[in-house]
Amino acid sequence: MSVQRPDFRSPLGRVRGLGSAKEGVQQWWMQRLTALALVPLSLWLVAAVVALAGADHVAVVAWIGQPVTVGLLVLLIGATFYHAQLGLQVVIEDYVHNEAVKIAGLLLVKAAALLLALAGILAVLFVAFGG
Amino acid sequence: MSSQDRPLSPHLQVYRPQITSVMSILHRLTGIALAVGTLLLVWWLVAAAAGPDSFATVQGFIGSLIGRILLFGWSWALFYHLCNGIRHLVWDAGWGFELKTVYASGWIVVAASFGLTLIAWFAGYALRGGAP
Repeated sequence: MSVQRPDFRSPLGRVRGLGSAKEGVQQWWMQRLTALALVPLSLWLVAAVVALAGADHVAVVAWIGQPVTVGLLVLLIGATFYHAQLGLQVVIEDYVHNEAVKIAGLLLVKAAALLLALAGILAVLFVAFGG
Repeated sequence: MSSQDRPLSPHLQVYRPQITSVMSILHRLTGIALAVGTLLLVWWLVAAAAGPDSFATVQGFIGSLIGRILLFGWSWALFYHLCNGIRHLVWDAGWGFELKTVYASGWIVVAASFGLTLIAWFAGYALRGGAP
């Protein structure tokens, strides 16, 4: 039952024995996956922030400390910064042609995304468990 | 094929914009703006964790004229990127590529982004109790 699979490799790739690393669509896929997750999460955040309009510190801290809020905020922060750094990476790769500046920009974006995500998540956990 | 016969990418100074190209670049621009806007979200959360004084500073900034203009811009950018992102996901699934559909979905996204922004701000001010 062997099915002859089509060979999509270029002649050069065939000669060199190069094949698919099976990870070529990873970034594309994660960008869509986080986008899909962010549809309900961002709508939830907007609704929550609207409901909190004019709320004082006590009310906001009480809201953040609720278990459901903690979970959704952590998910939202994780998905947001994963999505943002992938998007900014594509923009930098498209428009920055100086190799050194490009690599520096990419590292800066990744580091900033990681740092901000960590700060946001730790703040939420601190309010929930340390307050 | 000689290099002269190759198709040229749009020459931006003489390029007539269409809704498709404008919405495409707006998706990138709103994405970049939202990435910057995450600074406010993180600042707000960190300040809430840090205490009433820090939190009052953030609220003071958000309540200021500049803060409100930024927040209004970011809320529109979020709704635009969200709606157009759904449009992109539908394309990724293989639907909606007919030119008429592309234009129609584009105008729906533009209308929805402004509509949702206004609804959110009206709701916010209504819940807050009228005057800013």
